[in-house]
Amino acid sequence: MSTKPMRIRASVKDGVTEVKALIAHEMETGQRKDANGAVIPAWFITELTATHNGKPVLVSEFGTAVSKNPYLAFRFKGGAAGDKIAISWKDNKGESRTDEAAIA
Amino acid sequence: MVIRQKYLVAALAVGLAGAPLLAAASDDLLEGINAYREALADGNPSELVAAEGEELWKTPRGPKNASLEKCDLGLGPGVVKGASAQLPRFFKDTGKVQDLETRLMTCMETLQGLDPKAVVNAGWLKGEKEKMAALVAYVVTESNGQKIKVDMRHPEMKKMYDLGKLAFYHRAGPMDFSCATCHGDQGKRIRMQELPDLRTQEGAAAGWGSWPAYRVSNGQFWTMQHRLNDCYRQQRTAEPIYGSDVTIALSVYLAATANGGKVMTPGIKR
Amino acid sequence: MNNQRRNVLKTGTGAAVLGALAAAGMIPNVALAAWNKAAFEAKSMADTLKALGAVQPADSSDVQVTGPDIAENGAVVPVGVDSKIAGTTMVAILIDKNPNALAASFMLPAGTEANVQTRVKMGQTSNVYALVKAGDKFYMATKEIKVTLGGCGG
Repeated sequence: MSTKPMRIRASVKDGVTEVKALIAHEMETGQRKDANGAVIPAWFITELTATHNGKPVLVSEFGTAVSKNPYLAFRFKGGAAGDKIAISWKDNKGESRTDEAAIA
Repeated sequence: MVIRQKYLVAALAVGLAGAPLLAAASDDLLEGINAYREALADGNPSELVAAEGEELWKTPRGPKNASLEKCDLGLGPGVVKGASAQLPRFFKDTGKVQDLETRLMTCMETLQGLDPKAVVNAGWLKGEKEKMAALVAYVVTESNGQKIKVDMRHPEMKKMYDLGKLAFYHRAGPMDFSCATCHGDQGKRIRMQELPDLRTQEGAAAGWGSWPAYRVSNGQFWTMQHRLNDCYRQQRTAEPIYGSDVTIALSVYLAATANGGKVMTPGIKR
Repeated sequence: MNNQRRNVLKTGTGAAVLGALAAAGMIPNVALAAWNKAAFEAKSMADTLKALGAVQPADSSDVQVTGPDIAENGAVVPVGVDSKIAGTTMVAILIDKNPNALAASFMLPAGTEANVQTRVKMGQTSNVYALVKAGDKFYMATKEIKVTLGGCGG
C-alpha cells in the first residue's frame, strides 16, 4: 500500500507558530464489518511526531477513535518564515510517512 | 389520498401546538450545529483529494502519454481557475452541453487517448472513477469563492434546462418520488438535515454551490455525478448512466437556478 | 498551503526519522517507549487513567475541553484540550462511552502551547474528558458532547 501526502500549513505571528495538518489515513477502527459480515481489520496511525527544524514540537499517540483523515492544530513559541516543519507518522501495520512544509 | 389528508391535518395540529417550544429548542440546536460546521470548514479533508487531483492533472498518462494541462474546461486550454463556476456549458468542439466530469472525459480521450468507458464503467470511487473524483476535487477547489455564472444563451443550454426541469419533477420508482419530493418545498428537513428548496435561487445556490463535497459520515469525496446518482438510488429507481444527458440536464437546471450564488466547493457535509 | 513541499523526504521512513531524532537525544525517551497499548486498549475510564499513571486527577477549571457542544455526525467530532496550568507536559482526550476511552495523547516539549485540536469519532452522546499532566500531577476537565448520529457504523 502506498501512502498519500499530507497537507501541512504553518504560519508565524507575534513569535508563535501555528501548525495545521491534514493527514490522509483510513483510521479503521477494527470494529466495523464489511458487506459480507467480516470484520474489517484495525488500521490506524499509532504515533505521530511534528518537528521544527528537526526539533520535536509535538509527540502524539493515536487510538482508533481519531477520525479518518486526521486533523491536527497546535502552536509553539518561536519559528520563523522559511523554517521547516516536518510531520512523521507510523501506523499499526508498520507503514510510515514523512512530509514537510515551510513556515509562511 | 384520504390517508394523506388525515396525516396532514394531524401534522398541522401538532405543528401549531408545538411551534413556540420547537422554535426555541431548534434555535439552540441550530446554533450548536452551525458551530460544528464552522469547526469542520477549516481543514476540509477534500484538500487531500484535491492535492492528488492536482498531481494527476500534471501527470502524463494514457497511450498518448500526455497530461491534462492543455485541457479546455471552457475558459481556454489549461485554465482551471474559475472554470467550474461556469459549468455546465455548451462546447463547440464536441457540439454538446457538458458538465465538469464529461468534459474531463473528453480531455482524457482527446489529449491522453484514454477510453472514457473506463470511467463510466468503474464502480464509484474505484479505478478511473476514483481518479476522476480527485481531478474534480482539484478543479472545483480552484473555483471556490467565485460566482456561479452559467451562460444560458446557447439554445442547447435552454434545451438541457427544460429537460432538467422535467427530470426534476418526474416521479418514478416504488415510492413515486421525484427530486422535488425532498427538494421542492421551503423548510423541509430529514432528521437534523435541512433540505434546500432547489426550485429557488437561494436553495439552488446552497445545494449546487456546495457540491462536490466531502462527506464526514463515510469519509468520501463525492462528485456531482455521484451525488445526483444517489438521488436516484434513494428514489429506488433506475440509476442513470454516468455522464448521460439526464444527469447533465439536471445539473444545468440546478446551476441555472443557482446563477449569481457563491461557489463554496468543495463542500463539507454531515 | 502554498509552502507545501509535496514530495516525501527521500532520507527515509518516518520510523527512521523518529529513530534518528531519538539517537540525537531530541525526543524524550518516554515518547519512544512505544505506543501505550495498555492505555489505548483499556475500556473504562478508570482502567485508562490507571494505564496512563493518572491516579485521581484533580478537577481543574484551568483545563478546558474545546470544540462545539453538538456534533452532526459522530464520525468527525472536533475536540481539543486547552490547559492554562503552567508546566503542562501532556494532554489527552478521553471519551467515556467509546469502546476504548482514550482517543489520543500529546506530549508537549517545552515551548509548545498546551492547546491542541483534533477530530475524533464518538459512538454516541458522551462526556469527553481532557486529561492534563503538569509536573507529576494530573488534572482533568469534562464536557458533554451531543452526537445526533453515531460515528462508528459508517
